[in-house]
Formats: sequence, structure tokens, C-alpha cells
Amino acid sequence: MNKNTNSLLSLENISVSFEGFLALNDLNLSLKKGELRAVIGPNGAGKTTFLDVITGKVKPTKGDVFFKGKSLIGRKEHKIARLGVGRKFQSPRVFENLTVKENLEISVSTPKSPLNLINKKIKNDQLDEIEHLMKVINLSKKINSKAGALSHGQKQWLEIAMLLGQKPDLMLVDEPVAGLTDEETDLTADLLKSLSGDNTVVVIDHDMEFIRRLDSNVSVLNQGTVLCEGTMDTIQNDKKVIDVYLGRPEE
Amino acid sequence: MEFKNLKLSKKTTFVIWVLIIAFIIAAPSILPVFRLNLLGRYLSLAIVALGVDLIWGFTGLLSLGQGIFFALGGYCAAMYLQITSSSEFPNNIPEFFGLYGVDNLPFFWEPFRSPIFSLFAIWVIPALVAGILGFLVFRNRIKGVYFSILTQAALLVFFNFFNGQQKLINGTNGLKTDVTQLFGQMVGSESIQRMFFWFTALLVIAAWFFSKWVVKGRFGNILIGIRDDEPRVRFTGYNPVLFKTIIFSIAGGLAGISGALYTVQSGIVSPQFMTVPFSIEMVIWVAVGGRGTLLGAILGAVLINYAKSLVSEALPASWMFIQGGLFILVVTALPEGVLGWLQGEGPRNLLQKLGLKRKIETYPSLEIKNETEGLKNE
Repeated sequence: MNKNTNSLLSLENISVSFEGFLALNDLNLSLKKGELRAVIGPNGAGKTTFLDVITGKVKPTKGDVFFKGKSLIGRKEHKIARLGVGRKFQSPRVFENLTVKENLEISVSTPKSPLNLINKKIKNDQLDEIEHLMKVINLSKKINSKAGALSHGQKQWLEIAMLLGQKPDLMLVDEPVAGLTDEETDLTADLLKSLSGDNTVVVIDHDMEFIRRLDSNVSVLNQGTVLCEGTMDTIQNDKKVIDVYLGRPEE
Repeated sequence: MEFKNLKLSKKTTFVIWVLIIAFIIAAPSILPVFRLNLLGRYLSLAIVALGVDLIWGFTGLLSLGQGIFFALGGYCAAMYLQITSSSEFPNNIPEFFGLYGVDNLPFFWEPFRSPIFSLFAIWVIPALVAGILGFLVFRNRIKGVYFSILTQAALLVFFNFFNGQQKLINGTNGLKTDVTQLFGQMVGSESIQRMFFWFTALLVIAAWFFSKWVVKGRFGNILIGIRDDEPRVRFTGYNPVLFKTIIFSIAGGLAGISGALYTVQSGIVSPQFMTVPFSIEMVIWVAVGGRGTLLGAILGAVLINYAKSLVSEALPASWMFIQGGLFILVVTALPEGVLGWLQGEGPRNLLQKLGLKRKIETYPSLEIKNETEGLKNE
């Protein structure tokens, strides 16, 4: 037990094996409170499995995950979410048959018990929170339209807003700019940057320009383990990283 | 299976309700006693259909075992009527026990002497059984086709059990209610049946209001969320097991009320209520009427059953073909059911196809489906 008390999240010697295939192999990673961290890696490096382990979707074969000093292993997904771990999925996963407002209501409502939802009206401060989130993502005019009718970029933003509405201490953001225009990508980068400090954010992406714009520490995953950690400049000059991921400069 | 969340406009709902209520009020004076009794029975089936709509239309749980809860409600009602009308029989217990040489009332019959216990038992027992069954299934994350198969298997278990228990509940013969007494009159008599008709009509309306209350607002939105993307609900901090157990239990309670009303109006409850085709029919009523519309479940249950009895009288043995055809038609041409079709683009598209209305112009890009959809259920 070498629990680092400064860290909000720490993964210790995590291995995940899918029928003999090691998706994660002795992975160690720790995050300080308020940190913004980018995670990159080639396809199959274990990026999504890494998120699955933290959020409780996949049980590691070996190792432990500590969040705020508590082990997350063996906890159900919704319990981990209530502890303060929020996740945005790779492709936007909003509830398409509900309106933008209803989507946000689901995310900001607490307590999340059936009894509270069925016989109580949503609280006023939660409504204010929704108003605020609508402004952040610039969807105030679409408040009553079905989420399914939004454009791809708007869905990505709605999902980010839903993540914010959960008020998580740790945000795990999986490919937030996939399919976004350059302008939207820049806005998203700025949004995520503005969140760090108060929030701890992990961003997974392929888009190098986007990662560079985040201006954060970067962890490079390869074959289920951390290959290298540091600023964008450090890792771009790391020989191992160039070999497995970034490719030779002329590419 | 793609679901659209159908919200009927207030106006349509209002118009349909005015028609339904006008018909219910007029029915006793325009329909002969026999037809009125049939209508009463079919109205009671609308209540079980509302439950099916709650769990399937809204929550995405396709149960093929609602007959269990329907029959349990029916048995509770029949046991009350039999035990309170048994004073003239040997040992003061229902007549059928004599056939099997049973002298002492089985213990679980005792509480049914109380009208209050019985009135609660009709919906509480099915709701409890559904809740326990549901919790065990949902906790183990059994869903989709496996859930449907499991509910059907449970139905068969209940059917076989009830069928074999002659000494407890008269087995395959079931319990008759029409010759029992209620308020000093025969349950099968015209005045009591009329009373049941009104009572059923009121309960259908009450069940609709209740269902509407359940699905409106945030609780209902979570149900829709579970239907469309359950893992996403879980990662947002909700426990889908609880929500699914509650809604399955509510549907079970509605099925129980429905079964009790159906029993007293048809004069008998028997294990035939737990046959596989009957539970599948309940799903067909909702599919034809329109999933996720509530009102569609009521219309589907009443109209299909009424059509069934009319067709069966005119052309015996042809109903099964018509019902099968109806289901195929709905699945292929009206996947959202009749109400869903009316409410959506259906009528306009039909007029366009007939050349009676100009097509609205649209950007080609709007026709493209979201290409990320396939990735959702990794």
C-alpha cells in the first residue's frame, strides 16, 4: 500500500486480461487534484479499458484503484459515479428521445433515488444550474428540442454539459472532439482548460493539435502500460514515443 | 428495435378521451347485457395493457409473463368470493374441496375471509411477486431476449404449478365466481355485473392517470433512459435495478387488478389465464395500439378484443390468422402502432403517397442517420 495522499486518483499495478490478452499491463498512474491530464496512445493501447476500470465497468485482474483514498474495486458503476467520477463517452451518448432540458435534469438531479424523482419537483437551484449549463454550451434556444435532433457537435457539447451537471470531482473525457469542426475543437479545448483547477480532468484523444492546445501533462499509453509522461514537448522528443505512435517527423 | 418517444398532443388525447367516456356512458343503454359484459371484460384487460406499456413501451422490458400477475389477482378475488359464499357447503368450505376429500381449509385461504385483506391482496400480492422476481432478474443484469425468455419460463412454471394443485385451488378446473354471492346477490346477476362494468370503467381511467403520473417528469425520463441506453444511466449515478424493479412491480400490481376485474366479469379464474399465447396477446395489444403512448394500450386492448369476439362469431377459427396478420402489419408498416402512426408523420406521408399533398422540401443531409449509432452498444 503506497497510497499517495496528495493524489485524487491513483491506479496501482493495474492489469486487465481479456481471455489471456492483456488490455492493461501493470499500469501505474496518479493524478493530483485540479490537474488536467491528456492520455494518448495508438489504437488498442488500452485507453478505453483504462476508463472502464476507473468507472467500474471492467474489473481488473490485478491491482487497485484509489479515488479520494478509497478503493474503487468491487464498487458498482452508479456508486462510483456518486462518489464523484463522471464520464463522457467516445461517441456522444445523450438520451436522444429526451429534450435537451430533460437530459440535463437527469444529470443535475440529486439525490438519485427513485422516490425523490417520482414525487418531488426539481429544486430551484438545480434549475438555475441547468440555465447556467445551457449558456455554457450555447444551447439555450434548443432547450425543448429532442437531443436526437441536435447536430453531432451539439450532442458532444450536451454530453459535456451533462458531465458538468453531475459536479464530479474527476472528469473522464473520451475523445471529446471527434467529429467536431476546427472552431468547435478550439472552443472545447478552452472549455476543458477552464475546468481544470477546480476540477480534475482526464482527456483521451488522438488529435495532436487539440492535445497541444490543452497545454497539459500527457501520458502516453502503449500495450496497456504507461510508456512516457511529461509535457507535450518532452513526449514529442521521446524516442520510444516517436517509434510507437507519433511516427517520423516527415509524416 | 427503435423506439421513438411518442407524446400525444393534449388535443388528441382530450378528443380520444371524450369519445371513450361518451361511449362508456352510452354503452349500458345501447348495448345488450351480453355485449356490455364483454365490453367490461375488455376494459379490464386495458389495465394489464397499461402495465405492459409501462414496462415495455417506456422501460424496454419485454415481459411475456404478465399472465402470472393477472392470474394471481384473479385468484385472490375468486378466493374471497368462494370463501365468503361457502356457508351452505360441508365444513363451511368451498364446494370443490369435497371432491378431493379435503375437510380442512388450507391455511392460506383463511385471510381471504376478510374483504379488506382481499382488496389489498388483489394488487399487493402480484406486485410483490413481480418485485421479487424482477429484482432477482435485474440484479443479475439479465435483459433483452434473455429477460423475455425468462419471464415466459416463469409463466410456464406458475401455469404447471396451479394446474396441478387440485386440493389447494381446484387445479385445472379453476375457481368459479359467477355463482358466488356478493352484497347478497349472485355475482353473475345482471345488477352486479352492471356495477362491475362501471367500476371497471372508473378503474381504467384511474389506472391511466396513475400511469401518466408515473411516466411524467424525471422518473419517467429515467425509464426512457434505461430503455435507450442503460449503461449511460448507470454512469450518471442512477441504479437501474431499483427503477426497473419498481416499474415491473407496478405493472404486476396493475395486472393483478386487471385479472380480478376480468375474473368477476367472466365468472371463472383458471390456469388458462397463464397460458403462453394469452401473455403474448397482451404484448400485441400494446404494439398495435402504440408503444409508449398509454392511450394506445387501452385502445389496443379493448378494440382488438372486441374485434376478436365479433370476428369469432362470424367466422369461427379465422381470428388467429387475422391477429397474426395484424401483428405482422404493425411490425412492418406501423412500428409505432396505430396511435404512434397517427401522431407522427404517418397521415401526411400517406397523403403524399396518394398524391393529395405536396412533399415538404428538406435538406438531403437531414435524411442521413447518425452514423455513430452502431457504436453505442459496444
